[in-house]
Amino acid sequence: MNQRPSFLLDGAEVPFEPGQTVMQAALAAGRYIPHLCYHPEFTPHGSCKLCTARVNGRLMAACTTPAGIATEVESETEELNDLRRTLVQMLFAEGNHFCPSCEKSGNCVLQALGYDLGVMTAGFRHLFPDRPVDASHPEILLDFNRCILCELCVRAAREVDGKHVFSLAGRGLGKHLIVNAESGRLVDTDVKVTDKAVEVCPVGVILRKRVGFATPIGARRYDQSPISAQALADAPRPLERNHD
Amino acid sequence: MARLARHSALCTGRTSSPPGRSHIVTQPDTPDELEPRVRRIISRWGHDPGALVQVLREVQEAFGYLPAPVLTLVARLLRIPYSRAKGVASFYSFLSDEPLGAYRVLFSDNITDRMAGSESLLQAMCYRLWAEPGKVSQDGLVSVARTSCTGMCDQGPALLVNGRAVPSLTSERVERICDLILARTPLDAWPAGFFVVHDNVRRADILLGHTLQPGEAIGAALQRGAAGWSEHAANERSWREAYVGAAQGPIAILEEIKRSNLRGRGGAGFTTGVKWEACRQATGLTRYVVCNADEGEPGTFKDRVLLTSHADLVFEGMTVAAYAIGASLGFLYLRGEYRYLLEPLEAILQRRRAANLLGNGICGQPGFDFDIRIHVGAGSYVCGEESALIESLEGKRGVPRNRPPYPVTNGYRQQPTIVNNVETLCAAALIAVRGGDWYRSLGTLKSSGTKILSVAGDVARPGLYEYPFGVTLRQVLEDCGAADTQAIQISGPSGICVDATEFGRRIAFEDLPTAGAFTVFDASRDMFDVAHNYAQFFAHESCGFCTPCRVGTSMLVASMDKIRAGNGTQHDVGEIDRLNKVLLMSAHCGLGHTACNPILDTLKRFRPAYERKLRSLDFTPAFDLDGALHRARKMTGRDDADAHLEAQP
Repeated sequence: MNQRPSFLLDGAEVPFEPGQTVMQAALAAGRYIPHLCYHPEFTPHGSCKLCTARVNGRLMAACTTPAGIATEVESETEELNDLRRTLVQMLFAEGNHFCPSCEKSGNCVLQALGYDLGVMTAGFRHLFPDRPVDASHPEILLDFNRCILCELCVRAAREVDGKHVFSLAGRGLGKHLIVNAESGRLVDTDVKVTDKAVEVCPVGVILRKRVGFATPIGARRYDQSPISAQALADAPRPLERNHD
Repeated sequence: MARLARHSALCTGRTSSPPGRSHIVTQPDTPDELEPRVRRIISRWGHDPGALVQVLREVQEAFGYLPAPVLTLVARLLRIPYSRAKGVASFYSFLSDEPLGAYRVLFSDNITDRMAGSESLLQAMCYRLWAEPGKVSQDGLVSVARTSCTGMCDQGPALLVNGRAVPSLTSERVERICDLILARTPLDAWPAGFFVVHDNVRRADILLGHTLQPGEAIGAALQRGAAGWSEHAANERSWREAYVGAAQGPIAILEEIKRSNLRGRGGAGFTTGVKWEACRQATGLTRYVVCNADEGEPGTFKDRVLLTSHADLVFEGMTVAAYAIGASLGFLYLRGEYRYLLEPLEAILQRRRAANLLGNGICGQPGFDFDIRIHVGAGSYVCGEESALIESLEGKRGVPRNRPPYPVTNGYRQQPTIVNNVETLCAAALIAVRGGDWYRSLGTLKSSGTKILSVAGDVARPGLYEYPFGVTLRQVLEDCGAADTQAIQISGPSGICVDATEFGRRIAFEDLPTAGAFTVFDASRDMFDVAHNYAQFFAHESCGFCTPCRVGTSMLVASMDKIRAGNGTQHDVGEIDRLNKVLLMSAHCGLGHTACNPILDTLKRFRPAYERKLRSLDFTPAFDLDGALHRARKMTGRDDADAHLEAQP
């Protein structure tokens, strides 16, 4: 049998299967590349740009770059982590994020990335946009203030739930999340609290009502260990399954 | 719905209106009339969800805007989710889900328009019509707002009224337009002279001076294949082997395009022959030719003239390309600002079909089937990027795709597709007739042929100048009558800004590549204002897909605003540097990568224009502590030294 194809990630060899992206191959090999809009269960689309890496010298989003074109990938460099910190600052500045009063605190991917990457300052003047909440649904609250436009809910609804509950409207800084109802209210959509789209929000936009503090702050996911450690646990690991 | 019916009384129109007719008629639309009309539009587009952008554009032309019930109706009839219709309607700047004035006035907001006084004309119009920029007047009669460059830089300031271009604005003309609007005069009854757009061709070379007749280039392309065939046949032992030569017909023209070394005229300069060949060789069910006439780069207007006066050559080029790659369908992606060209262009297509220059068996060549459809854009600069353009053609939000794969293998509907600039396709038609060697003999070593420059700004004779590649900036300045020139913006905001020390440089891929814009600034202009205008342009046009561009371009504008207001410090200049770096490193497409160019270039060459505006060249806190005490001083009636935190600079 031929030797499996591979590329070098920060100097270490990462094997890959045909069709995999750099991100998929890296995670499967137990190597972490910071990411936000990537999720192993949905089609990658590369909008947050946190996973920007140097692929053969060129800056590309690791989550959408086919592993097949990569020979050498650099990710864990000061230059790239600096970029990632700035991108996280931009996302914080764009929305209204008040971690101390947010029920997602401790389970929030944006917050966890901020800690893990060492974001120490606000960095930008915050924009304080006006984004009304939608509490119309009896079981689900939408707090758009925290939306980072990662489109995970859009993709989860489309690819897993087979629905179109969430979508994007507007453009540029005016881009925003909408729901599939003429009234613009979640209660008028066909959303179910058991939908994948409801579960997948990395920040505190899509929240199940009445369970927000079931797990106390301090005992939450990223209170236990940093996101860089946990992301690997989430990733499918075909290599281990196929171990022989 | 009552509001819709009242509103639409003035701004409805027959979608089948003859060329040049406006979209204002008088009979109101009741909700009962609404559905059949939407149905008619959708059935003309074959109930194809891929035509969503066209459907929404036509529905808006009929109803004035796109209220939620209308979007629901469109979504239901096209069998798509409401959210998709809403998402697309809210992406394009000419589509609106909010009521607009019965007269929608959009002032072109390019820097050349501003230099020619567009802002004071806009203010004068708002004052006269009791309107506020960006809002609908109380009586619903008019909305006045700004829009990105409308491609009339050689005859600005310009505006669009209900989608129709009115160039050469003066205060008298604006005054007269206000009268017409207040009198609720239908656009058809406005003086025809208001809508006259001049070509302003100042220097013509092989392209603007061509004398080709419709069909000549297609005939030549077919001839090249046939010539190859007879030569081939004479050298082969049997008909069957010779037939392989006949199939080489398209290869002959492809070889000619490759030999010409023609490169894309949209700015990136990709070799056309290589692109065509890659598409031809890609596997797919069918292939497509797309002509990119989404001329959105501020300062360029060459495609407007080519489509006005040389449309046959453009379609000829598309047909030659279709023959070369084996495509059976083509699209002309016409920017929304050139909507007024739609009817004349459709008429030309119709004439070409009648002359067997389009359709089945073109020019009697069996199997050579090709037709062209026109897709009108709806206001989005980023759709000039080829993959975003394809998304828009497919009826989606114009967001650039992830690449690879590239359009030559996975383009329109995932089939092999070439996207070429209008000027590139015109050049291809010329090459089909006169050959690659002839074309290559013009221009420079790496840039064969000619380039059309859209010259505007501080020049005596703005308009189109076609030169063989290699012309110096100095030569162009001399020809267009520029005096006391401080700077030239080459290829628009996404290009490069050069100062007087660089006027010896040449227009060519080896030196200064350009999509055509050539905007001249004399010594009286503040280059900071130029960069500020361009920064606003990019923020307005960002599609919002990726974090760095969505947030970064707006942050850039905020920093530039702050400096302009006189509150900037050295820290803000540093902030601009930081944003530029993030955009360059991580933006999803060219818009984000180039969004910082105007600021980087002007900072490098005209730094004093920035520093003059800074409060202090050393660090000063963004918060003015002493200024905050101003009110307290006023209240206590004190202004002595002890009432200040420190001596004012």
